[in-house]
Amino acid sequence: MTTIITVTSGKGGVGKTTTSASIASGLALRGFKTAVIDFDVGLRNLDLIMGCERRVVYDFVNVIQGDANLHQALIKDKHADNLFVLPASQTRDKDALTEEGVEKVLQELAHQGFDYVVCDSPAGIEHGAVVALTFADVAIVVTNPEVSSVRDSDRILGIIQSKSRRAIEGREPVQEHLLVTRYSPKRAHDGEMLTYTDIQELLRIPLLGVIPESEAVLQASNQGIPAIHQKDTPVADAYQDTIGRFLGEAHPLRFVEYEKPGLIKRLFGGK
Amino acid sequence: MSWLSLIFGEKKATASVAKERLQLIIAHERASLSGPDFLPDLQKDLVAVISKYFPVNPDDIKVGLEKQGNYEVLEVNIVLPEGR
Repeated sequence: MTTIITVTSGKGGVGKTTTSASIASGLALRGFKTAVIDFDVGLRNLDLIMGCERRVVYDFVNVIQGDANLHQALIKDKHADNLFVLPASQTRDKDALTEEGVEKVLQELAHQGFDYVVCDSPAGIEHGAVVALTFADVAIVVTNPEVSSVRDSDRILGIIQSKSRRAIEGREPVQEHLLVTRYSPKRAHDGEMLTYTDIQELLRIPLLGVIPESEAVLQASNQGIPAIHQKDTPVADAYQDTIGRFLGEAHPLRFVEYEKPGLIKRLFGGK
Repeated sequence: MSWLSLIFGEKKATASVAKERLQLIIAHERASLSGPDFLPDLQKDLVAVISKYFPVNPDDIKVGLEKQGNYEVLEVNIVLPEGR
């Protein structure tokens, strides 16, 4: 059985691609055969985040239009076995992602024995975003503690509940998970930022994880190595916990409580 | 604002404002966007049924769904023609 996970948000810049890359890598590191697909036709970036931009020969649209087969287009990841990247097309227009075409590619991935397919959705609620969530079994809704992101997440939840195949066919609904990213425990503690519980109350879907705001994310993208590989950083640990929870393990939330720095730390700085 | 906060600067605790605003706008948008698709059909059927008994202008039958707290209220408003 292949599980299709769509990483979505409505709003741009909240961390969808970072999350797609890290979730896919984390699942692969745990031994699951995983593919991660960039649905952002025309604005592909997953290849950069995954560090495979120079190995792109064929893309998603090539496969849909029959110019290449899936085997030729899938790029094997350098950092995790069992992980393959399917990049988006940089040139063609978004309508090239037909529903039938996407379905065919997903079916072929299932046929090839993939355990998970992670769909990295583009921002917005246009065709690309809708087709990315159409076939989802699971949706990870990436939300920043910020008003526009929360509102857009609610909007995308409405679209999942009306336009996904599961909804249209009246099957068991898409499993929705909330992932709060760019979280600052201090600012939440000081009442300057929505807390993750505020966001969960507003969106009313189960919380899968909280990823703290961190410099490590930029360092990861600079190098083209998914953030989950940044050993011993809170971001990597938080993504690992998130994957554990997704797989049914119990992990208490970390990096969400603000600890007042001690006097020495305040005097001498340090991380 | 105390003189201390004037000196050291104090950031406003605006998160609660954000939460209140979001509560309102999300409830509002859920109500208007996720409204069931059957309302126009229901209205058409009602017009058909009521017209059997007395003449009624289709525009005089209004059907709406409102959320009041935990309840959803289906409101059907029928204006009967004058002179009856």
